[in-house]
Amino acid sequence: MLPIICFISITLLFLDFTGTVHAYLGWVAKMQFVPAVFASNVVIALAIVFLTLLFGRFYCSMLCPLGFFQDIVSFKTSFSYKKPRKGFVILRYALLAGFIATALLGGGLVSVLEPYSAYGRIVSQIFGPIYKFGNNLLAYFSEHIGSYAFYSVDVWVKSLTSFVLAILTLVGISIFAYKSGRGYCNTICPVGTFLGLLSKYSFVKLRIDLSKCKHCDLCSKKCISSCIDTEKGKIDYTRCVTCLKCVKACPTKAISYSKPFKKSVQKEAEILSESGAHRRNIFVGSTIAALSCATKLQAGSGDGGLTELKDKKVPNRKRPIVPAGAGSFKHFHDHCLGCQLCASVCPNNVLSNKAYGSTKPNMSYERGYCRPECVKCSEVCPTGAIKPITRAEKSSIQIGCAVWNKDLCIVNTDKVACDLCSRKCPSAAIAMIPPSADAPPDAPKIPMIDTERCIGCGACEHLCPARPHSAIVVEGVEVHRVV
Amino acid sequence: MDNNNDASNSNIGRRDFIKLVGAGAALAALSGCGSKDGSAKQGKEPTGEMTYRVDPKNGNHVSLLGYGCMRYPRMPKSQDLATENNLDQEAINRSIDYAIEHGVNYFDTSPLYCKGFSEKATGIALSRHPRNKYFIATKMSNRNQHSSREASLAMYKRSFEDLKTDYIDYYLVHNVGTFEALKERYIDNGIMDFLLQERESGRIRSLGWSFHGDGEFFDYMALKYPWDFVMIQLNYFDWDMTADSKRTNVSAKHQYDLLTEHNIPIVIMEPLLGGRLAKPHYKARAAMTQLNPEASAASWAFRFAGSFPNVITVLSGMTFMEHLQDNLSTYSPLVPLNESERDMLLKVSQVMLEYRNINCTQCQYCMPCPYGLDIPEIIAHYNRCLNEGNFPDDKQSEDYKRARRAFLVGLDRKIDSVRQASRCTNCKKCVPNCPQNIKIPEEMQRIDRFVENLKMDIV
Repeated sequence: MLPIICFISITLLFLDFTGTVHAYLGWVAKMQFVPAVFASNVVIALAIVFLTLLFGRFYCSMLCPLGFFQDIVSFKTSFSYKKPRKGFVILRYALLAGFIATALLGGGLVSVLEPYSAYGRIVSQIFGPIYKFGNNLLAYFSEHIGSYAFYSVDVWVKSLTSFVLAILTLVGISIFAYKSGRGYCNTICPVGTFLGLLSKYSFVKLRIDLSKCKHCDLCSKKCISSCIDTEKGKIDYTRCVTCLKCVKACPTKAISYSKPFKKSVQKEAEILSESGAHRRNIFVGSTIAALSCATKLQAGSGDGGLTELKDKKVPNRKRPIVPAGAGSFKHFHDHCLGCQLCASVCPNNVLSNKAYGSTKPNMSYERGYCRPECVKCSEVCPTGAIKPITRAEKSSIQIGCAVWNKDLCIVNTDKVACDLCSRKCPSAAIAMIPPSADAPPDAPKIPMIDTERCIGCGACEHLCPARPHSAIVVEGVEVHRVV
Repeated sequence: MDNNNDASNSNIGRRDFIKLVGAGAALAALSGCGSKDGSAKQGKEPTGEMTYRVDPKNGNHVSLLGYGCMRYPRMPKSQDLATENNLDQEAINRSIDYAIEHGVNYFDTSPLYCKGFSEKATGIALSRHPRNKYFIATKMSNRNQHSSREASLAMYKRSFEDLKTDYIDYYLVHNVGTFEALKERYIDNGIMDFLLQERESGRIRSLGWSFHGDGEFFDYMALKYPWDFVMIQLNYFDWDMTADSKRTNVSAKHQYDLLTEHNIPIVIMEPLLGGRLAKPHYKARAAMTQLNPEASAASWAFRFAGSFPNVITVLSGMTFMEHLQDNLSTYSPLVPLNESERDMLLKVSQVMLEYRNINCTQCQYCMPCPYGLDIPEIIAHYNRCLNEGNFPDDKQSEDYKRARRAFLVGLDRKIDSVRQASRCTNCKKCVPNCPQNIKIPEEMQRIDRFVENLKMDIV
């Protein structure tokens, strides 16, 4: 049951855009190993290490969502024992070393290899949009029956890099899992390698009673890690993820999950090995291609109708903006695993990683701004890259600062009055002043930004009527400060 | 005639009225308070003969129901862009054919209606009928960028082309309500003199003026030129506005009385206040339903407007066939209101005043907003939620959570977020265009503050 709960919980964390699930299940993401290490969450990290020394790689079979995902894919596959090949063993430890090195130095490899963020990427980039399409379909129907149960949400590719990476991960892992079960976990995954090293010495582990073994090979056919050598009656504990399928498969009860002195903990093993039904995702996708073949006449000379609006374009920011709670760009970059959980929950469509092509999210204001009442990303971040903050704290943390571009402002381009940025600024950092000392009193006023009050929320940038480039743009600050 | 009997049998006294409203509120709330409450008249074929009024200036027999060409049906579009003609010509043809068949002979359009495509659509539909079967009314709508002499003359010329005619029966000086507007649009460019000459030449058969605006100006303008007719906004809500003097400083009653005193025939616009009187607040509707459960709310408003003898026609922008049929039934023939029914309606307007709707008639004169807002829809959503009881203005109320969700989710469904009130730049370009004198930017900012508080959950 536990693996199913973990898997479904984490999947829901990435799919749910309403923020309902996170209140109850947010802790599940925080139980993940690498996120816990990144968050300096000593209690969780040490607990996992301690429990691994006791029970083996329970983490890989129970807590890891990517592991369970592979088990779904390889549900029907029949395996056989594979000798540990030297090349693979070297690759394993080399990747672990590389992983630790990049984690310390800060680099993209971490988020590519780390299992939790790889799974997060797959769900948020691929399953997320499908889930949202399904939701929008329900919203469409609920609108037609006058219900407010569902509302439709924007579906968009938050980053091409991440999207492509997610597809590659999904396809790669699926093929790998279908062919060789937990091959990924035992060749590439750095967490698997690390925990494998520990589980060699674990107290409770699988043991074969050779006196009972008939060498029927049923256990190794079921073994998702291909680690049971029935000929020699040996198990490669660095690869075993304690899924206990072998225990169930063995007709003579020769394999047991037990303490060294062969006292049976069979009962526990049975409970743990109960397998649950695998749910398939049902994909309901609908794309409605709206074709316009309108006849254009005397553009907009009459009353009524809407002015066409160009989509906003991403400004070329000198410094990326990261959420309040990150403290600084460096802290964020060092601790973020790129799991996309924050981007999945952001209700304002602010977090994505399209702006500077990294696998780690950053903020941009084309589709919304960082609304003052929201601290969702800080609540869900499992690695401590975004630390928990309150609404009140957020209102005084400067994550960036607005810069006015006079050449794009409609006060100059359209010669009309506009005070939208000033009016909508939640920290009252923008004052409207006459354009020059000797300007006539009715001349349209221009914005003056108080850099000591601006917190960089992007309300001004997002709402600015200048299109496609806003006339007021937020630049990130390297170290967040309290204003 | 049964209508009349029903109504007079159930006369209610003034003192009974408040009681009825109270009792009816519960009833209306139960029945769902929408306009689809199955009023028997809706969608029913009109049976009797259309009532006609004689225009004293020229002897024309004008149907009491006039066809307003400002609210034509549109084809659904993902975005209703200002530059696209998405009028549903087939539906328009069908509707106009039906109207003519049932006696309607007055068609009122303008060069600016329906993004500027109304005259063309009207011309296409009407030219399929003999020219002597109907009267065309159109206007000199030379607002904003159209106010120069050249642009005004081009507009005048285009009306004849689009309407496929060589004379206009009723031509109006459109929506002039202040001395400044008169000077800019008609005096300085010589257009008023031009129109008076055109009347002499016969291309304009009757010259009139349509008014929304300042009371002092009304008194001046009504007598300044030799009008053949004047078009005013008249309905039971605007009739006597002593209770709500902020909206405008001149009541419909004053306008009607002054014009009648000077024997100037009247055309009525906004008898339904842009549909608001077809679906008033459910508490206001109760008294009508109690007096006659068969009659639609709209039919009461039309009977009110049509009961004034100096009115030659009452315009209605009928988007759907059901509207047309309901209105035809009301005026085929007109059953004038009796005293107690009139009193009932005037009291309904008092009830309506308690529910502070924004006084928008959805005329679209403010559109297109240069910065993309959907102003009429924003106001419509606000009013709709107010009238349907989905108005989350009190956090202590039990219904707050549901109403908040309905308001916010409904808003995002109706209006794209880039077109909501939060986008108002306060450029004030819309202000002079609003015939109802709504301070649009102020209202947008008020609605935005309300929405913002709802989102932050600090109402």
